[in-house]
Amino acid sequence: MRHQRRHVFGITSVVASAALLLAACGGDGGSGGAGADGKIELTIGTFGEFGYDELYAEYERLNPDIKIVPHTTGQGGPYHQALFTKLGAGSGLDDVMAVEEGHMSDVLAKSSRFNDLSEIGPADVSGDRWLDWKFEGGKDKEGKLIGYGTDIGPLAMCYRKDLFEAAGLPSDPEQVKPLFETWDAYFEAGDRFVRNSDGAAWFDSASQIFNAMQNQLEVGYFDRDDTLVVESNPEIKQNWDQVTAAVKRGQSAGLVAFSNEWNSGFKNSAFATKTCPGWMLGVIEEQAGPEHAGKWAVTDAFPGGGGNWGGSYLTVPTQSDHPEEAAALAAWLTAPEQQIKAFKAKGVFPSTVEALDSPELLAATSDYFGGAKTGELFAAQARKVEHAQYKGPGDGKIQENASSPALQAVEQGKTPEAGWQQFVDAAKQIAR
Amino acid sequence: MSTDLGTGRDLRTDDEPEAPTGKAVARIPWRHRLSRWDVRLSPYLYVSPFFVIFGIVGLFPLLYTFYVSFFDWELIDDNPTFIGLENYAILLADAQFWKTLVNTVSIFVLSSGPQIMMAVLLAALLNTRLRGPTGWRVGVLMPYVASLVAIGIIFANLFGPNYGLVNGILETIGLDRIDWQADRFSSHVAIAIMVNWRWTGYNALIVLAAMQAIPREILEAAVVDGAGAVRRFFSVTLPLLRPTLIFVVVTSTIGGLQIFTEPKLFDAMPGSNNGGSTNQFQTITLYMYQTAFEREDLGYASAVAWVLFVIIILVALVNFLLTRRIATTGEGKR
Repeated sequence: MRHQRRHVFGITSVVASAALLLAACGGDGGSGGAGADGKIELTIGTFGEFGYDELYAEYERLNPDIKIVPHTTGQGGPYHQALFTKLGAGSGLDDVMAVEEGHMSDVLAKSSRFNDLSEIGPADVSGDRWLDWKFEGGKDKEGKLIGYGTDIGPLAMCYRKDLFEAAGLPSDPEQVKPLFETWDAYFEAGDRFVRNSDGAAWFDSASQIFNAMQNQLEVGYFDRDDTLVVESNPEIKQNWDQVTAAVKRGQSAGLVAFSNEWNSGFKNSAFATKTCPGWMLGVIEEQAGPEHAGKWAVTDAFPGGGGNWGGSYLTVPTQSDHPEEAAALAAWLTAPEQQIKAFKAKGVFPSTVEALDSPELLAATSDYFGGAKTGELFAAQARKVEHAQYKGPGDGKIQENASSPALQAVEQGKTPEAGWQQFVDAAKQIAR
Repeated sequence: MSTDLGTGRDLRTDDEPEAPTGKAVARIPWRHRLSRWDVRLSPYLYVSPFFVIFGIVGLFPLLYTFYVSFFDWELIDDNPTFIGLENYAILLADAQFWKTLVNTVSIFVLSSGPQIMMAVLLAALLNTRLRGPTGWRVGVLMPYVASLVAIGIIFANLFGPNYGLVNGILETIGLDRIDWQADRFSSHVAIAIMVNWRWTGYNALIVLAAMQAIPREILEAAVVDGAGAVRRFFSVTLPLLRPTLIFVVVTSTIGGLQIFTEPKLFDAMPGSNNGGSTNQFQTITLYMYQTAFEREDLGYASAVAWVLFVIIILVALVNFLLTRRIATTGEGKR
């Protein structure tokens, strides 16, 4: 971890020089300066869809001295790349920056460049506003609060009713629950399905399953000292063995998530189950198309308990000229009432305890999924998540560049043991 | 400018007889000396903008990259550590680097070889009497105009292992499906086809231009001598195309060793720089990019860049020597 120590050193000097630069500039304009009309201008950076468009106008009405300038990037990838570049450069970030959960480990590793929201944020915002695991996920190792939780992606199971029936499995959302109770039950049902199905696989991609299992572990790829535990944590190897064995028994369709072939796989009924965060329902509906309406179903069960995939945080970088005003805006946007409004506007799933109980959320249903009460269902799944797993720096990169390619290699014919070696070697190189 | 040149010319004629005696040279008036400098230095001044700009955007990054390659330097780093040749030492023992080098050469050979042969054949066809020649020529250039990203996405779809059109056709005509993603050689073939699709027409037009510059008389003389079309092509046209072919080979070498977009877009995992599940089609430039901007190891990426630079220089040198040899033997024959 030689890199790590040097890193901290580097950060402090950049922050110091950024502070000097800010002092030198003396707050004359720039992003987030006071406008000509005496209003404080707050910039906010988001990606994709947060459902905030109408909320900005409402906040400006409630706070006449604030002017909000939103910067929206379509895709998360380039958005976060720009975020880290500007973080390193020491300037150019917005007053409020959204950060996706998958990039949170890298942001928390540079937590000195962000304001502690428990210090500068409104006093009435406390941790019990959010689901516990969501709140904990916004803190760095020392307990400094970097981000207010926005949305979440609680995991449920989506499955193809018609394919289940054809293979002689139960298909009613209540009756399938035993199949999705534990991972053992899940893979066992997979064997039964593959034996009786007409060419369809059980799941889409091995890494989709492995990632969900990995996220349920007490300790992730790194322990709290940021030591890589891929080899020393036997649970990771157990998950690996279980998933790769299922691959070798023909349970995987071998389709890389979000690839063109994966999209086609939905249309071609290539697999029968899908790990399903709330936002995945929209993806399935779009990719499977109207001809599969009513064939997909979703149930409030997930092997091994619960899980989360996706969702974001709002942070306030130290670069901001108006940290307190920015924190107040972030706090307001993540309050239960606003989360419900965002959910109604764009289906962004709320992360606050109060919002999860709101009648508007609980009433939400999905026609495509046979009228399933999706609001109630995902609210229940969100409460099943047990803890926020600590994610060391590089955690996301290991998932993307070590475990996923290695699992793909196994799907393409590599032996599970050789695949494991590839995974371990790549993980070590990333952690180097 | 014209007056300057004028005085310059005067000066030279005045000067020449006096030159042997040192005394006379010393007595040249200041104004004349200025003019002489003008004559000597002005040309360099006129060409200097190119070199100044090249120095800033070409040479400086090149040398700075060399400097960075001696450090353990992270992307966001204020205190890089000097580690001497360690990056290079690690690089030479890096199995992934050698793998990407072999991938690059393999894709390069698979693309450049067939590409130049097809380009010459296409040019020969275009050189025959066709109705609406401009239409055909523009048509051949169309793939070059199309966006590289669009081509990448379309070809990645065509070569999809499960639902791709190519495998569908293979199956219909009774052949086995090919896993274009998983199999190393097949993935190289698929990427090479993507490269060829884009560049063949472009090279064909260059060769066509050279073909049309071949004097009619030579070909007519060959006809009189009783040479058939095939004989004329191989014994007259091809030898006279040599300098152009060398140019095409050199440019496609430089491009071929830097293939980046095609393998990046070919990967099934969106946005991935891995070049397949086991780096089976990761090229050197893709590896360099991944090292710099994903692993954020700028020092190591710089070392990769420099080794690639040296390799390209070596290949270019070989090409240069080849060109000279072929050029001289060509003259000898004549």
